[in-house]
Amino acid sequence: MTISDSRPDAGDRAAARRPSRLFRNLPSKIAMLPLIFTAVVVFLGGTIWTVIYSFTKSGLLPRLSWAGLDQYERLWSSRKWIVSIENLAIYGFFSLIGTLVIGFTLAALLDRKIRGEAVFRSIFLYPFALSFIVTGLVWQWILNPELGLQNVVREMGWTGFSFDPLNNPDIVMFGLLIAGLWQGTGLIMCIMLAGLRGIDEDIWKAARVDGIGTVKTYIRVIIPMMRPVFVTSLVLIGAGIVKLYDLVVAQTSGGPGISSEVPAKYVMTAMFGGQNLGQGFAASTMMLVMVVIILIPWAYLEFGGKKHG
Amino acid sequence: MADVGILAATKAAEQPVTALLDSPRGPKPVRRFSRSNIIIYGTLFVVALYYALPLYVMIVTSLKGMPEIRVGNIFAPPLEVTFQPWVKAWQEACTGINCDGLSRGFWNSFQILIPSVILSVAIASVNGYALSMWKFRGSEVFFTLLMIGAFIPYQVMLYPIVIMLREAGLYGSLTGLVLVHVAFGMPINTLLFRNYFASIPEELFKAARVDGAGFWAIFFRIMLPMSLPIFVVALIIQVTGIWNDFLFGVTFTSSPERYPMTVQLNNIVNSVQGVKEYNVNMAATLLTGLVPLVIYFASGKLFVRGIAAGAVKG
Amino acid sequence: MTLLNPSVSIKNLDLSFGAVKVLQNLNLDIGDGEFLVLLGSSGCGKSTLLNVIAGLLEPTDGQIWIKGRNVTWAEPSERGIGMVFQSYALYPQMTVEGNLTFGLRNARVPKAEIAKRVARAAEILQIEPLLKRKPGALSGGQRQRVAIGRALVRDVEVFLFDEPLSNLDAKLRADLRVELKRLHNNLQNTMIYVTHDQVEAMTLADRIAIMKGGKIMQLGTPAEIYGKPQNLYVADFIGSPSMTFFDGTVEGDVIRIPDHDLPLGTYEFAQRPASVRPAIIGIRPEHVMTGDNLRSAPYKAEVIADLVEPMGSDTLVHCAFGGQTMRVRMDGQAQVRAGDRLMIGIDPGAASLFDKETEARL
Repeated sequence: MTISDSRPDAGDRAAARRPSRLFRNLPSKIAMLPLIFTAVVVFLGGTIWTVIYSFTKSGLLPRLSWAGLDQYERLWSSRKWIVSIENLAIYGFFSLIGTLVIGFTLAALLDRKIRGEAVFRSIFLYPFALSFIVTGLVWQWILNPELGLQNVVREMGWTGFSFDPLNNPDIVMFGLLIAGLWQGTGLIMCIMLAGLRGIDEDIWKAARVDGIGTVKTYIRVIIPMMRPVFVTSLVLIGAGIVKLYDLVVAQTSGGPGISSEVPAKYVMTAMFGGQNLGQGFAASTMMLVMVVIILIPWAYLEFGGKKHG
Repeated sequence: MADVGILAATKAAEQPVTALLDSPRGPKPVRRFSRSNIIIYGTLFVVALYYALPLYVMIVTSLKGMPEIRVGNIFAPPLEVTFQPWVKAWQEACTGINCDGLSRGFWNSFQILIPSVILSVAIASVNGYALSMWKFRGSEVFFTLLMIGAFIPYQVMLYPIVIMLREAGLYGSLTGLVLVHVAFGMPINTLLFRNYFASIPEELFKAARVDGAGFWAIFFRIMLPMSLPIFVVALIIQVTGIWNDFLFGVTFTSSPERYPMTVQLNNIVNSVQGVKEYNVNMAATLLTGLVPLVIYFASGKLFVRGIAAGAVKG
Repeated sequence: MTLLNPSVSIKNLDLSFGAVKVLQNLNLDIGDGEFLVLLGSSGCGKSTLLNVIAGLLEPTDGQIWIKGRNVTWAEPSERGIGMVFQSYALYPQMTVEGNLTFGLRNARVPKAEIAKRVARAAEILQIEPLLKRKPGALSGGQRQRVAIGRALVRDVEVFLFDEPLSNLDAKLRADLRVELKRLHNNLQNTMIYVTHDQVEAMTLADRIAIMKGGKIMQLGTPAEIYGKPQNLYVADFIGSPSMTFFDGTVEGDVIRIPDHDLPLGTYEFAQRPASVRPAIIGIRPEHVMTGDNLRSAPYKAEVIADLVEPMGSDTLVHCAFGGQTMRVRMDGQAQVRAGDRLMIGIDPGAASLFDKETEARL
């Protein structure tokens, strides 16, 4: 018998020597070059660059003349930025609560062995396939005071009915919220439904044997068991909220006045509209800080807990 | 410290979705017309109305004439069906001085979409394959970095990218925008492929190595033929994601002639000049939403799998 | 034991993942045509060692030689090995024939030669009717045959098996075990076989290497391993049910265990302790004499059966002896019930004696 596929000479010498560390697994390293470039240069490098330039006087063009914390002081004394942050807080709070409650409730209802589950599911989820631009424009139309929902209700007889969030600075964020929830709850419902289906069916049997009611079982037994699913949902919703931009542009353009401005829009205007780069860099750095504030406790819980706990 | 929690989170989110959506597992069903059953179906029906209504409103509005819209109510079906608004939205709607309709944006989006999708899926699949089967010192570090990048607000990285593209002479070009899409689509798709390839038995990979297949031979001849479903999922994520993009389109295209469909749509509907033609606006909105909607209704369960993984994009 | 012309030799092999040492200064020579079994519980490093031999893992230090060639850093396909995996690892989208020929096509072996080798392998393994099928359409046993065939067509000197029968049910496992033995008798190739199943190890092996914590605890023929375990670990690991161990002290020709002084007249000492020494004696259940055999027993005692497990072919009796619960294997026909009084005999000549401190055989 022969060793069919060995190259005795070249193979022998190569085989006896430990190959250089750099060239081991070379095709893999070459194939990963785009990833390495994206991660290191674009993501990490870009972020560091922006943070550094947020401490400069950059205006029309980026330049490295230090301004200390000037850009941040200007930012936090800007009425528009303060409104943006307040808006994001309002939107974020209600969006988080609303998405979790609606998402879980829908999932729980769908999990009750109902007929037509697939139909309901695809109705709840289809908005997620649509862009924020499309979402914003549809709801802009539905919430149109002269021709939309308000008009329909008034024609039905309630002539005093008033629902015009997009032109009312006090409640404009709720106009955005209606659209935002419409677009995003389907996803959370899907994740929650998967979480519910992942729970051992014996738990339900045990609860029934113990005589615990359905609602009580959900609240006392099921929800605590779904902690990881809730954490995942929280992170997804949170990361989405900070990026809120397209929806505002399409639905309200930040109006009326500046009453529905959001941080991401502030950044875009400063960087590409106002040629006020330093402000844009400072504001986007603040956005980064917000994300870090959201992510660090979560990373600590998920990671620290699991690895060392 | 190899994995970030993100991975665990998405993995937890993705796998049960596909595996478990098949069978209802809740408590035993109640009798057909009991009170709680009426409450359940009643609630679901009302909520379904809220979700379905916008699509309905878009469709009926786009089929009405302007006079009918001014006097009627938005929920009423059209008395006289007209396709004029669709034709106008496609061929004549104006953005600024250009009045050749959304078709321009559609073709722009199409030209951006095809290379972006092909390139990003190709790169992400190779990344995922290398990360799960050909790990090298540092590969996990780069991957972790990439995944953290997925959570950084895009605004933080936009300007440096503008500079990079300008230096490379690509700012404002189609190629530049494609590269941006590829870069920002990389985390989620790489994660998707990495998790998929990691679930393939390691022994298969070992057997192929004993059989003398190298990096590319194993990828093309063993792994690719096994991973068609995951490619479809990645394709769905990328097509909907890139088609729906607004931020990159508005940042990285130089002139209104090159705007993708979403940007053009927003400009048409939110233009302040002239009389608002709501029927044309709704037809235009529907046209823009058509591609992801068709993909959604055609792909069914795979879409669910895709969004659960794609959710990281936020 | 050094072989003059080893087929595979492992020299001072070390492998660590970070701070964890998986293999430690391992040396092993495997003779031409030998069937060597690496046996151990999970995590002992046996599969790791096999993967290093195959070139699927890189050693931290040391060398691997196959057929007189240093292949430590060679690609798996260039080592002249074929490998069979526990999960079969057949390429699902290729036909059986495609699976068999994939490696040969990669090595650009001429078509005629490929056809010849496939025909031969298919004939040996009797899988000719399956050649056009996909792995998904095969049973577990058929899949494992194809997996063996994939190693066979490579026409190599050394076969590596990584727990190849573990995924099969008990009956099929026994059948394939016999077939593997027959295959080895016919081909006379060197085979290195990893398993945690001692029956497979005992029945298949020319020699067994028992591993623990990345080290070889004992290397020897099945008879040596079973009859003269070199240390406490091997003694405890081999044999099912395992030996019963008694703590005691060796004093000249007697070992004192609680309540009994067992004479060691017939025991072959490897090294006789010079003075009084704490020791452990291990007695296999099947070496405890009962019934007619009692007459030749150097030491007899009466015990009370405490628990009886009839297993068909034989009966296992648990009884109190020397401060332990001793297991005694009796004939399947034996009429014993819990509570019965029983005479037993012990022959220390068949027992194993270990130093209490070093756990090495005395």
